[in-house]
Amino acid sequence: MSLKTNFLGITFNNPLVLASGVLGVTGSSLAETVRNGTGGVTTKSIWLDGHKGHPNPVIIAKEQWMMNAVGLPDGGIKKAQEEFLVYRKQTKAPLVASIVESSIANYVKIAEQLIKFNPDVIEVNASCPNVEDEFGKPFACDINAVSKLTAEIKKVCKNIPISIKLSPNVEDIKSIAKMCEKSGADALTVVNTFGPGLYIDTNTKRPVLANRFGGVSGPGIFPLALKCVYDVSKTVQIPIIGTGGVTSGDDALQMIMAGATLVGVGSAVYYRGSDVFKKITDEMEDYLKRHKISNIEELRGIIHK
Amino acid sequence: MTKIIEEKSCCGGESYSTRHDVPVTIPIKKIIPEALNISTFVFEYNLEAKPGQFVNLWIPGVDEKPFSIANCNEKEFWLTIAKVGPATEKLFELKVGDYVGIRGPYGTSFEAKPNSTIALVGGGYGTAPLYYFGLKAKEQGCNVYFLTGARNIDLLTYIDQAKKAGFEVSMTTNDGSAGKEGFVTVILEELLKTKKIDSIHTCGPEVMEKAVLNLADKYDTRLQISVERYMKCGFGVCGQCCVDDLGIPICKQGPVMEKELVKQIKEFGVYHRDRDGKKVFY
Repeated sequence: MSLKTNFLGITFNNPLVLASGVLGVTGSSLAETVRNGTGGVTTKSIWLDGHKGHPNPVIIAKEQWMMNAVGLPDGGIKKAQEEFLVYRKQTKAPLVASIVESSIANYVKIAEQLIKFNPDVIEVNASCPNVEDEFGKPFACDINAVSKLTAEIKKVCKNIPISIKLSPNVEDIKSIAKMCEKSGADALTVVNTFGPGLYIDTNTKRPVLANRFGGVSGPGIFPLALKCVYDVSKTVQIPIIGTGGVTSGDDALQMIMAGATLVGVGSAVYYRGSDVFKKITDEMEDYLKRHKISNIEELRGIIHK
Repeated sequence: MTKIIEEKSCCGGESYSTRHDVPVTIPIKKIIPEALNISTFVFEYNLEAKPGQFVNLWIPGVDEKPFSIANCNEKEFWLTIAKVGPATEKLFELKVGDYVGIRGPYGTSFEAKPNSTIALVGGGYGTAPLYYFGLKAKEQGCNVYFLTGARNIDLLTYIDQAKKAGFEVSMTTNDGSAGKEGFVTVILEELLKTKKIDSIHTCGPEVMEKAVLNLADKYDTRLQISVERYMKCGFGVCGQCCVDDLGIPICKQGPVMEKELVKQIKEFGVYHRDRDGKKVFY
């Protein structure tokens, strides 16, 4: 019985990958999530020259949802290089480097710089809903823009695979996914946060998040994210990192049955603690045992068969 | 506000709790000036916070910052806050009756053995959570030494309250304007030399805390340290306050930590990180 997962030729000890934006500021913190049982990690999105995030509050949470507008703070490429080294010193688990920029030209620049530090995968955050005031609609909400972005980044990434992180906040995610595949994406991360949403404090009659709006994640979005993975999986041949509201082994198995190869886990850290990765893989193993399944790969995309 | 709502069962049969962490907005009940640019804000709310824990205080439309709790009972809780930056400057413009938001309490707390002799070592407004802890320790029969240091007499806080609470109070100032001239570690070492201290509990500037740690090692004494890092979420998700090389978030596994764990934090006393995650060396 094995949870070992092959993703684009890279071996993950289990299909879980820490989602971008959670516990991803430092190499040590990323490595700590591996010690807590994740198969691989995604960094917080990296900018060429760094970026200031939004003032606090940046994250709030309730029973079924979390809402964040951290605003992509980052220390830039030099810091990233340093943190990669710290991470590699502490663990052998695959490292997915998330990148973000304001223009296609800058995306290309950061990808070019970053491949020198040998991440296992580059995830292109083209879908953050929290910086719209600054940069306008995310690339992943415009089929032509995301197609051009994918093609340009792919040109410079050589042998390092790229995964485009899609937005669920679009009319037709299938066409966008298909276009990314056509433009050279090696994989797709499905999906970023929903919304953005809004939460008002009635005593002060003000939005709580400093950015007013924030991307919605957490258990409440799970069925919506799952449907996105299902739709994309039906449409493309390239592997999918299924992410959005996964908090249990059962959720992770559903993602895989809907077609995901890897399963992103993020806000579940809030709901079940820092050892949530171990909890989820234990629950998955328990399922495999009960159903006498020797390899998790047998379940991939089974819903489509 | 962190409240356990109900226990839920998930796939593996293991139950877990769901909570909610959005600011609860409450009016300021009272503002007590403590020292130069330091005031205590009192709120009528049953926070159920332990000493050493903190809340995230939201100043609507401005910012949200973590503050440790300076006192707390079933009726009210206190936050002692220094005016040090744009957010606290705005806070000091607020009046009694104005609303602010509270999330928490978060983090770990100070603890001592009942009936033991303890030394509380505070620097500047780091004395606030120690005062609250001292009150609790006193209730449990502890003998409390309250040592505090500040740059000058205007920045000393909680001296009168600590005396009133029956703590053995001693102080230092860098310029000698009150108490002994010098650092608080000088009077701590004198105490450790002459009295049997079961545990030390400290909160203040990290450089001072590091010096306290060295003394606790020298005199082989238990020490709890309140570690400060730039925080955002307060519940161990955003990763902003994770320390090297342990990679653990201070908002959740701290702020109060035993010295054995703090000694594994390579960056303690060396550097911390700004809000973009960049290192800032002390």
